[in-house]
Amino acid sequence: RSRLQHPPTEPGGTDKKNRRKMAFTFAAFCYMLALLLTAALIFFAIWHIIAFDELKTDYKNPIDQCNTLNPLVLPEYLIHFFFCVMFLCAAEWLTLFLNLPLLAYHVWRYVSRPVMSCPGLYDPTTIMNADILAYCQKEGWCKLAFYLLSFFYYLYGYTHFSTFCVILKNVQYLANISLAFKFFPFLSLNNKLVYFIFFG
Amino acid sequence: MSLQSNTPEALRVVNLLQERNLLPPNPVPAPTPCLTQDLQKLNCSPEVFRCTLTSIPQTQSLLNKAKLPLGLLLHPFKDLSQLPVVTSSTIVRCRSCRTYINPFVSFLDQRRWKCNLCYRVNDVPEEFMYNPVSRSYGEPHKRPEVQNATIEFIAPSEYMLRPPQPAVYLFVLDVSHNAVETGYLSVFCQSLLDNINALPGDSRTKVGFITFDSTVHFYNLQEGLSQPQMLIVSDIEDIFLPTPDSLLVNLNESKELVQDLLKSLPNLFEKTMETQSALGSALQAAFKLLSPSGGRMSVFQTQLPNLGVGALQSREDPNQRASAKDVQHLSPATDFYKKLALDCSGQQVAVDLFLLSAQYCDLASLGCISRYSAGSVYYYPSYHHQHNPAQVERFQKDLKRYLTRKIGFEAVMRIRCTKGLSIHTFHGNFFVRSTDLLSLPNVNPDAGFAVQMSIEENLDDMQIVSFQAALLYTSSKGERRIRVHTMCLPVVNSLSDVFAGADVQAITGLLACMAVDRSVTASLSDARDAMTNAAIDSLSSYRQSALTIQQPGLLAPACLRLFPLYVLALLKQKAFRTGTSTRLDDRVFAMYQLKYQPLAFALLMIHPALYRVDDLNDEGALNINDQTIPQPRVLQLSVEKLSREGAFLMDAGIVMYLWIGRSCHPSFLSQVLGVPNYAAVPEKLHLLPELDTAESQRTRAFIGWLRDQRPFFPSLHIIRDESQLKPHFMQNMIEDRTESALSYYEFLLHVQQQISK
Repeated sequence: RSRLQHPPTEPGGTDKKNRRKMAFTFAAFCYMLALLLTAALIFFAIWHIIAFDELKTDYKNPIDQCNTLNPLVLPEYLIHFFFCVMFLCAAEWLTLFLNLPLLAYHVWRYVSRPVMSCPGLYDPTTIMNADILAYCQKEGWCKLAFYLLSFFYYLYGYTHFSTFCVILKNVQYLANISLAFKFFPFLSLNNKLVYFIFFG
Repeated sequence: MSLQSNTPEALRVVNLLQERNLLPPNPVPAPTPCLTQDLQKLNCSPEVFRCTLTSIPQTQSLLNKAKLPLGLLLHPFKDLSQLPVVTSSTIVRCRSCRTYINPFVSFLDQRRWKCNLCYRVNDVPEEFMYNPVSRSYGEPHKRPEVQNATIEFIAPSEYMLRPPQPAVYLFVLDVSHNAVETGYLSVFCQSLLDNINALPGDSRTKVGFITFDSTVHFYNLQEGLSQPQMLIVSDIEDIFLPTPDSLLVNLNESKELVQDLLKSLPNLFEKTMETQSALGSALQAAFKLLSPSGGRMSVFQTQLPNLGVGALQSREDPNQRASAKDVQHLSPATDFYKKLALDCSGQQVAVDLFLLSAQYCDLASLGCISRYSAGSVYYYPSYHHQHNPAQVERFQKDLKRYLTRKIGFEAVMRIRCTKGLSIHTFHGNFFVRSTDLLSLPNVNPDAGFAVQMSIEENLDDMQIVSFQAALLYTSSKGERRIRVHTMCLPVVNSLSDVFAGADVQAITGLLACMAVDRSVTASLSDARDAMTNAAIDSLSSYRQSALTIQQPGLLAPACLRLFPLYVLALLKQKAFRTGTSTRLDDRVFAMYQLKYQPLAFALLMIHPALYRVDDLNDEGALNINDQTIPQPRVLQLSVEKLSREGAFLMDAGIVMYLWIGRSCHPSFLSQVLGVPNYAAVPEKLHLLPELDTAESQRTRAFIGWLRDQRPFFPSLHIIRDESQLKPHFMQNMIEDRTESALSYYEFLLHVQQQISK
């Protein structure tokens, strides 16, 4: 009887495993997305650092520089807020707690910005004050350091979760194969190979 | 090196609690830096360039120990009686830092000079070796550039980004019902008609006019028209210019048309019933008109702009005027005016604002249009042609000065200091375009600036440091000129020397600027605490480090003995006071003036001068132009110095009060005021009658001399004891106690208590 049969499944077991599998895949997906978005945030932080250095060395006009920097502020804050929300949904509490201080800082910074009609933080009339310029530069470097560390943290998180996924999948699949061999020892090698490929 | 021996006097220990007569009889002079005789002779005048510490500390830690601010106060475009002007084919500058050659460089031999700011050795160009003044060769150090700390160069074409612009003047006038009620329009038109030939400029000078209420009106003054033609644009949301040219016309060619317009303008709007004001749109239109060439825009506004872009709300709560806590709404409500000012600055347009209003006008938002475009703000509260003749007179005189004073266009200013010092904050009306370059679309002789410095590297091995302010501008005749001021100061490394060189007036001026910034960014109470702490910290630092013997009392060096008095005066100044009813616009204007006025006039605002004038005599009088000008003694600002039997003059900068005591001698009343007795002194007198008596001549000579020293016109109010203006007079009595503020003695006790904590 060389026909393929669906291996017996344990009642209720797959659901839990599926849910766990899904939870792990969703976390992995979050980390992957966070990884990509953090790359964008690193890019923003580097742009800020270069922009303030250009201002300091009189390479650019403060009005033009502020017009380039101001549109980038809200997108950066919203991206960071977005993946905080994602981690909340994925129930990744440790990562969320690590990101909360930065979120609070962003909220405070935006609320205490000078009176402006367009979104942004930087006012060309005050940005050339040496203390404000120094503060913005320090902020840029600190954010770059934080985003770099987060990048590597998410990278570890992603590989951690995705290897776990892979291991889990492998375990499940080895379990299936051994079951199949247990029940169908008489299947020829070809059939087992097809079975292997089909459910692999 | 032989030093000036002013150190012992400056460091004489004064116990402030015991010495009651701190004010010198004459105005306080600026301290002389501790330099050699020949260096000090060449040094820049303190009226132009002044430093808070005339002996610079060697390290930042020494500066921090002294707890005094380090900064410069400058008045670079001041009207000078003697200004050497040099026309040279080469302007000698350092190759690396681009400093102009100045009296404090060192010549290594006849062919090489060492820059005093960056210490680079440069070559002397061949043309520089010849001295045209003395017709001699081989003595570059005798040339006028190296003999004068203040000098003006005629700049060659490398200093021009575009051909020098002509003088362009645009007047933007509010003609709503409120404006016509105040009657300013006829005064303005008359003043411009009188001074039309004295406007600075040459044959290329252009003028234009825009009037606005709920619509914007332009005037076609094309040469050849029989009369001026008015063009009305009512689309204020998207304003446009109705004709491409002939709105700004050449003054010489269209002079009759301009004069016709000025004569007919007041009558044109006599019956207007428009109550709305579209200031934002008028400013946008004016900017469009001026942006091709640059120039000066003079805006006259009499009410809160309530229509179109830039409309403002009334933010002042009259019940909060006398609040003892914080004052709100000191910062702008919208950034429309700031953005417009930055656009104007980019096109070399400066906006001057004249605010003639009785109600709240949100000067905090409107003033931004002048602050960032290097304009000036003039404020005439409650201006009315019938009810307030003192303001009318002040407006007339100020307009005359405004229209005829010297002006510079498309200017930039750079302030350089010796390597090791750096500038970190700027105060004044301009836009900071890069770390040390200030963009000034217009520069006028009445503007003062201040900067704060820090010591980045230790000034070891340096005996002197130098500062140079270079102002590059286009004169009204279309010539590109550079005015250079250089100052040099000694470096010291002991704390007592730092204290000996402290300039208390400059410190007060800089402290006022810093406090204004702090009030706007943080809060008013923060700024007040910071000012009190400045006095406490500096005196405490003096006590701990510079005093050898510990004596009781509040001790201060003689050079800083007036510091607590000036700090108390600042706390009671209109800008910073709490607990006394102050209108928000008055407060904001006082803050602007503290940052804008040159030091001498800012100090008169802060600490007015009080003189007794009923017993003027010729003792110590000055003789100027065959007129004998008496010099009465400066009195302390306390009611105990007032006397019922006398008459006292208080000089507070933009206003003067002549207070008549109840039992004043009738001879003074009859000979100076022309009235038989005290009861006959009129209620609102603001002019001294020109009587032929010696007393009258002396009094008028003295007041006239005081007025001539300043570019704006102070209005004079003659008040009796029951006058309505008496509270204003009494508010300036700084040393006395009021319901909301300490007396001077109590303040000293408070400072002493904080020091000994």
